[in-house]
Amino acid sequence: MTAGATQSGQRWTLWLPLGFFTVFVAVVLYALLNPADREIKSAMIGKPLPEFNLRPAFAGLPGLSRADLAAGKVHLVNIFASWCVSCALEAPQLAALRAAGVDVVGIAIRDRPQDQALFLKRNGNPFSRIGADDVSRIQFEIGSSGVPESFVIDGRGTIRYQHIGIIQTEADMAAILAAVQEAAR
Amino acid sequence: MKRIFAVFALLFCDPALADDRMAPAPYANVQLEDPAQEAQAQNLMETLRCVQCQGQSIADSDAKIAGDLRNQVREKIKAGQDPDAIRAWLIERYGDYVSFEPRLTGQTWPLFAAPLLMLGFAALFLRRRIARGQV
Repeated sequence: MTAGATQSGQRWTLWLPLGFFTVFVAVVLYALLNPADREIKSAMIGKPLPEFNLRPAFAGLPGLSRADLAAGKVHLVNIFASWCVSCALEAPQLAALRAAGVDVVGIAIRDRPQDQALFLKRNGNPFSRIGADDVSRIQFEIGSSGVPESFVIDGRGTIRYQHIGIIQTEADMAAILAAVQEAAR
Repeated sequence: MKRIFAVFALLFCDPALADDRMAPAPYANVQLEDPAQEAQAQNLMETLRCVQCQGQSIADSDAKIAGDLRNQVREKIKAGQDPDAIRAWLIERYGDYVSFEPRLTGQTWPLFAAPLLMLGFAALFLRRRIARGQV
């Protein structure tokens, strides 16, 4: 190896640390400008609902069991709670879905009957049934990580679609209606 | 006068309600009677991610949903279930993200392979240097 070749080899490697640093900054900048999606999606889509039977959330409506959801009709199961502020914002969209012919049922998380009754009086009631999940047992069983969330369940009791967060935009509504139609086939 | 009124108004205002009024689940904040079972549950809970406050384990988190999950874990341990089975039960529902202990899968093998590869390269590099008498 001649002295010249060693020198030019060294000159080339001198730039390596700067190269690595540039790549590092680019990666960090990219991650900063495009925050990761932190929604935890349910891994239960396409799987059957577990066996469950929830007591009525308050005296005005029947409770909810697996049998109710596996009786041949498509349902939208809304996971909500009276203490959840964004669930109140979602009420008009749920009412619109019900008006569009979707059978909306609720699972109320850690909720007292008197609070439920007040919540429905205040925000309107789009539900045909509401089951009370006092220790979030069913919520965990279907892979839901918070309120509000909505699941489309087909007539055989299979989970077909999950919507995380408030049903808010036209696009949310369209996606849910499409999922309901798909599940009815 | 306006200021005094404002202070009084603040004293009597209701905080926005964003949490439930239910008592916590039976085993959310209560240990199992059997210390060995409780130790098993504690070990498991420290390696399960809270699905709401995602940087914390359910053992650390004060979120209500974490309390409910602690309740589920302790009930299952009490019923004699294996901690690994409980972890698998959660991964089946929430995906690998819910566990702080990565499994060896088609997607995660580089995590385990990368250190071995680096060690291999380092060994090769050192051997060449030693052979050349530079060390």
